[in-house]
Amino acid sequence: MAVLRALLRHTSGQIGVVVIAVFAVAAVLGLLGLTPHDPLAQDRLARLQGPGATYWMGTDLFGRDILSRLMVGIGQSFAVALLSVGLAAGAGTVLGLTAAWFGKLWDGAVMRAMDVLLAFPAILLALLIVAILGPGLVTSVVAIAIVYTPIFTRVVRGPALSLKTRSFVDAARTFGSSRRYILIRHLLTNLVAPLTVQITLALAWALLTEAALSFLGLGTQPPSPSLGLMLSDSRNLMETAPWMLIFPALVIMLSVLGFNLLGDALRDVFDPRTRRALA
Amino acid sequence: MTLLSVRDLRVGFGREGHETEVVHGVDFDVTAGETLAIVGESGSGKSVTAMAINRLIDFGGGRILGGRATFDRKIDLATASEGQMQRLRGREIGMIFQEPMTSLNPVLKVGTQIGEVFRKQHGLSGRAVRDASIRALDRVRIPDAARRLDQAPHQMSGGMLQRVMIAIALAGEPRLLIADEPTTALDVTIQAQIMGLLAELKRDTGTGLIFITHDIGLVAGLADRIMVMRGGEAVENGAADQVLDRPAHDYTRHLLGAVPHFRAGQAARTDGARTGQVPALDVRGLSVRFPVGGGFLRKTRGVVHAVDGVSFDLVPGETLGIVGESGSGKSTTARAILDLVRPSAGRIETGGTAAVQMVFQNPNASLNPRMTVRGLLAEPVIAAGQNVDADVLERMRTLLGRVDLPDDLDRFPHEFSGGQRQRLCIARALMLNPKVLVLDEAVSALDVSVQAKVLDLLVDLQREFGLAYLFVSHDMAVVERIAHRIAVLYAGRIVEVGAARDVLSSPRHPYTQKLISAIPSIDRRRIDYTLDTEEVPSLLRPVGFVPPDQTWQEVGPDHRVAKEPLS
Repeated sequence: MAVLRALLRHTSGQIGVVVIAVFAVAAVLGLLGLTPHDPLAQDRLARLQGPGATYWMGTDLFGRDILSRLMVGIGQSFAVALLSVGLAAGAGTVLGLTAAWFGKLWDGAVMRAMDVLLAFPAILLALLIVAILGPGLVTSVVAIAIVYTPIFTRVVRGPALSLKTRSFVDAARTFGSSRRYILIRHLLTNLVAPLTVQITLALAWALLTEAALSFLGLGTQPPSPSLGLMLSDSRNLMETAPWMLIFPALVIMLSVLGFNLLGDALRDVFDPRTRRALA
Repeated sequence: MTLLSVRDLRVGFGREGHETEVVHGVDFDVTAGETLAIVGESGSGKSVTAMAINRLIDFGGGRILGGRATFDRKIDLATASEGQMQRLRGREIGMIFQEPMTSLNPVLKVGTQIGEVFRKQHGLSGRAVRDASIRALDRVRIPDAARRLDQAPHQMSGGMLQRVMIAIALAGEPRLLIADEPTTALDVTIQAQIMGLLAELKRDTGTGLIFITHDIGLVAGLADRIMVMRGGEAVENGAADQVLDRPAHDYTRHLLGAVPHFRAGQAARTDGARTGQVPALDVRGLSVRFPVGGGFLRKTRGVVHAVDGVSFDLVPGETLGIVGESGSGKSTTARAILDLVRPSAGRIETGGTAAVQMVFQNPNASLNPRMTVRGLLAEPVIAAGQNVDADVLERMRTLLGRVDLPDDLDRFPHEFSGGQRQRLCIARALMLNPKVLVLDEAVSALDVSVQAKVLDLLVDLQREFGLAYLFVSHDMAVVERIAHRIAVLYAGRIVEVGAARDVLSSPRHPYTQKLISAIPSIDRRRIDYTLDTEEVPSLLRPVGFVPPDQTWQEVGPDHRVAKEPLS
């Protein structure tokens, strides 16, 4: 609660929280099926209608409500992004911390493996994994998690290496503190700032990657709505029905922006040196 | 002739129109060939004042808010344009910084960096640059100058690098030289060399010198005038003898009183004589070696003998001061006792793991910034496998009171001052009732007045709890105040050990004598430091090197000196 209150005193925090909260509400409603129309129902008489009183954001080629489809799509995209980034952050943190702490062979093995993953462009690697595992939601989560694990590993390992040599870690060793205690209390707590920033950035990237995979037909499968698929559908109708492009694109752009603003604000809030100043 | 005349100089930081003023109107003059020392503690505005004169402050987010700084009777440095300043910097106003290691570009040869000045400012080229560079290095007494030109900064010691920095600053033949704590990062014997060099150069070139330092004792040997600053104001400004002998302001008196005067053993402690107690810490033949160049499938090229056969013991209620310069192995010895580095030989006997605790040099770095006082003090208790119960909380409160800190367990380290943080570290080290405290340069990072208070606290705690201290320090004057016995470490070995009074009043080993003669003191005015350029020998030995045994000579009831020659 204290974190949220501090967030709301922070200008970019306010904007980020509001944007993400709006999308989160839309996502939850979408996942619960509380949409204005059935996102899958086709209305032959209302094909390619512009935004209006019945269909607020217009309809697509099959006469399906764009708003309803967007709400469900946001839900799926957010769920995929959260799950995959959660997995990546968890795996990356464990790998990065242990690599920094134990060093030597383990460090070399972990970091070279991460280098191999990083050598591939993110989307290409995701495509490769999807190609192996077959398209679908679960595959998207796994693929995006694997793609972003090296970034978390690096983000954690760097500062962990320098934290490891700080005197407060030496001091902890002189008390005889356990390895687990030092790793969690001294290293991890000081990694909260880089991690939150990275998590929010990665959420934004993961949203984009998920959209790209769906756009290419490898993520969410039709007729389930998703942001990427909706963009894909709008390609040929860009001039006749621009609303089909604009609304999903706007949602992607705003949510990426929202996560970035939220990340900046969280970094300030978690830092005890600026928290008191904000309070 | 007045070289620089500063009137009502005010400097601030922050957004334009919303600056926080940190220097509130100072006045001073610098005459050619004269040294003005600006003395103050951290945050006094001494460095900001100096940086405002050559306007380096502009690059650090600061601005001159008012006043004049007339250089050479014609240019007002406070209002000069950046273009004008660029022509002045280096050519008319030189600068020497605190950290020679970070002031030089690590990837360029030393010769290239000196040569740049001659190329840019004197229009020299080719052979002439090299000749001028060699002459510049000769002038700052760097032996073998021609060879040094082709070396990279990392191949030279800190003292050498600071001399290179001085050579660079002097290459432009400035009429005013600003030295910002130029010896603070250096060992005391190297500091003496640099001070000697500065005094000699000032005499020879007639350069005006502004010398900024926190150590009022250091400037006595060099300064003609002294300005004492506090909180952005000059509280006193006068001739050096006047300020040192008849200080007019309370704060100057306070500073002079707080500076630990080295008194050649006269100030050594007389309490707590040894009466055959069982040692709380017994170290026998401790050696720590680090292999160099080894690694996966690579051969070890050599071994650094950081600590070589060090033995001593420590009884309850006693302080053993371990003194030496950087690379002497004093910190490594301390770390080996706490098991932070693995000894390669020797025996360390303590009464259990919790019996020895350590206080580190930098209190900012040794407290996790994300933990509250409660968490910090609880850590040793948790590490010992105990629960943080009401008794432990009670002990926290007692200890906080004992080290004179507020009884607030929910504060974070950044809410305390440097001295308070170090007291918090001391309280933390005492949580488990240790028998021995290892204090590794524990007061070195503190301002002198804070230093004195922490030393007093340490002495009180020692008497109250019967603690034994292993006090590791480079500062002989501080060690004199707290140590009962002193061990002098040189190149990884103890060369002299004994009662503090005996070692400090009649040092026998040549290194101890050199160390003591280099200590700056308020009583040493305008002395000629003898320039010697001897460097500490390399501790890198071939694999399998066995150091020769030390033979000891008893020179007093509790005073022994190693007979091996200085290698």
